Amino acid sequence: MSDPNGSPSPPATSSVFTTGTRIRVHESPAGAMTESTPDQPVSVASASAGVSDGEDADRAYESVITTRDLSVFYGSYQAVREVDMNFGKNRITAMIGPSGCGKSTVLRCFNRMNDLIAGARVEGTITYHGQDVYAPDVDTIEVRRRVGMVFQKPNPFPKSIYDNVAYGPRVNGWKVQSMDDVVEEALTRAALWDEVKDKLKESALALSGGQQQRLCIARCIAVQPDVILMDEPCASLDPIATSKIEDLMRELADDYTIIIVTHNMQQAARVSDRTAFFTADVDDDGVRHGRLVEMDWTKKIFTNPSDPRTEGYISGRFG
Amino acid sequence: MSAPPSTLVDKHAVAAGAEGFLRQQRARNGEKAVFVVLLLAALVSVATTVGIVISLFVPAFQFFDEVPITDFLFGANWSPTFANPQFGVWPLIVGTLLITVIASTVALPLGLGSAVYLSEYAKDRERRALKPALEVLAGIPTVIYGFFALTLVTPLLRWIIPGDGEVPQIYNALSAGLVMGIMIIPTIASLSEDAMSAVPSGLRQGAFALGSNRRQVSTRVVVPAALSGITAAFVLGISRAIGETMIVVMAAGLQPNTSWNPLEIHQTMTAFIAATAAGDIATGTVVYKTIFAVGALLFVMTFVMNMISIRLVRKYREVYE
Repeated sequence: MSDPNGSPSPPATSSVFTTGTRIRVHESPAGAMTESTPDQPVSVASASAGVSDGEDADRAYESVITTRDLSVFYGSYQAVREVDMNFGKNRITAMIGPSGCGKSTVLRCFNRMNDLIAGARVEGTITYHGQDVYAPDVDTIEVRRRVGMVFQKPNPFPKSIYDNVAYGPRVNGWKVQSMDDVVEEALTRAALWDEVKDKLKESALALSGGQQQRLCIARCIAVQPDVILMDEPCASLDPIATSKIEDLMRELADDYTIIIVTHNMQQAARVSDRTAFFTADVDDDGVRHGRLVEMDWTKKIFTNPSDPRTEGYISGRFG
Repeated sequence: MSAPPSTLVDKHAVAAGAEGFLRQQRARNGEKAVFVVLLLAALVSVATTVGIVISLFVPAFQFFDEVPITDFLFGANWSPTFANPQFGVWPLIVGTLLITVIASTVALPLGLGSAVYLSEYAKDRERRALKPALEVLAGIPTVIYGFFALTLVTPLLRWIIPGDGEVPQIYNALSAGLVMGIMIIPTIASLSEDAMSAVPSGLRQGAFALGSNRRQVSTRVVVPAALSGITAAFVLGISRAIGETMIVVMAAGLQPNTSWNPLEIHQTMTAFIAATAAGDIATGTVVYKTIFAVGALLFVMTFVMNMISIRLVRKYREVYE
């Protein structure tokens, strides 16, 4: 795995919409934030993260989100301990592992959704393009706009399809020349436009589960994020809807950095470039803590994992 | 796991072998008794409603045999007990509407505001302390509120508002309306809060994840999603205001008034009913029947308001699930 040569290109935000002039795009994060140090991504990950297969090694690997010694507490309970990871630009990274291993908890740190839970606390650092996400002067709203999220259960607002997509640009106070164009573009990118273009004013709740989830992706895209977090996005969908979402994820990876939590190992194998395997350790007091076992190229995790626990999980011996 | 007790095994073995073992073995009378008791409980309220409607509307129709309904609805003079009685109900409607509007102006924003605070802003501990406190407010007898209006709020108003000693009058609609507004805040706040708390947290999370602040989550997602419950809370609050008697008798006075000036004395429909029913009038007289006519009008007004609000809710609510 090679690194960019010290001049990382600006994140994808400004080039998300090819016709980006329609929206007053926020200033590029590269200008507003500290640039990531080139040597960080490699050194931070667990020992095996540097290993790669030949095909991917050629592609530049720029880290968008990096965690170091990340621990998450709920009150005094340490749900996740000391996770070191990095997430490459325009990659799909899957986080897999048994229930209760803390993968969703970690995911929710990246856009500070854990702030909404009373008693949740984070130790260690998470950097986004080199900037500390949990620094005291960070605006959570700005973080959440750049790091979008799609939830396990489709959660469209009880509004029209149009208003769902327009919600983000509206609450962010953007002056857009044509909201219609923004809505159409976001829905098109989410592969939903053809199905809903004649009923934009109808309630989003009349859509099927898979359509609702794609609407939630469109809603997320409409605020022009850089990273999209997906927390088991297909858990409540049937196989056909799931395959549509997976196809969509592959397309979106051209422009976005995607991090997906999934219980479905086949899904991780199908869609992701890199895979992080989490497990739950029981400490001497009998308390379970989630921790990262290894993170590597998906192909390697599924064919030749470094850790026997990963192999055990993937081959179905536990979890 | 230990083996199940052998008595159970034996019983089933015997039952399975016997003829017609699926037939009901013993009468379950308790079940029937519970059914009958619950049915009776439900019927009591239905029967009461029917009884009220009949006892209200029969004398009311007799009243309209003697006084034309147009005189009643459109007359501007209300003096049924005078030597030359006038039966124009308009002054009572003015009093009722005026006080209800004042009460709503106080209670709707404050009630909704407290509900939004409790549901969206308050920490768990604050909510656990505040909501019961709010509900205690709902349990205070209205006569206490009336006393509060007459002895505290009215003097305060007379001190604040300069009116050359003429207004605000000792009895005035403003004082009664303000205190009535305070009285219905808990109803509106508590029911609205219930409706907002029932909005799935997934919607809030989705809104936060799109970069909304707390105010936007509250006003653009939670309140619209809870709108039908909030409207129901408003309607219930306003219905209580229209039907409230004690505060208006004590603080707004008993003199019919067609002026819309809230600083003057006003009589509401409920205040008329209470004062007249408590007074010295003979059953069967026209004055006696006016009580029922006014009561029927009150009933129709509340009923129509409920109908309209149900329509509005159906039209505007955002259904989740």
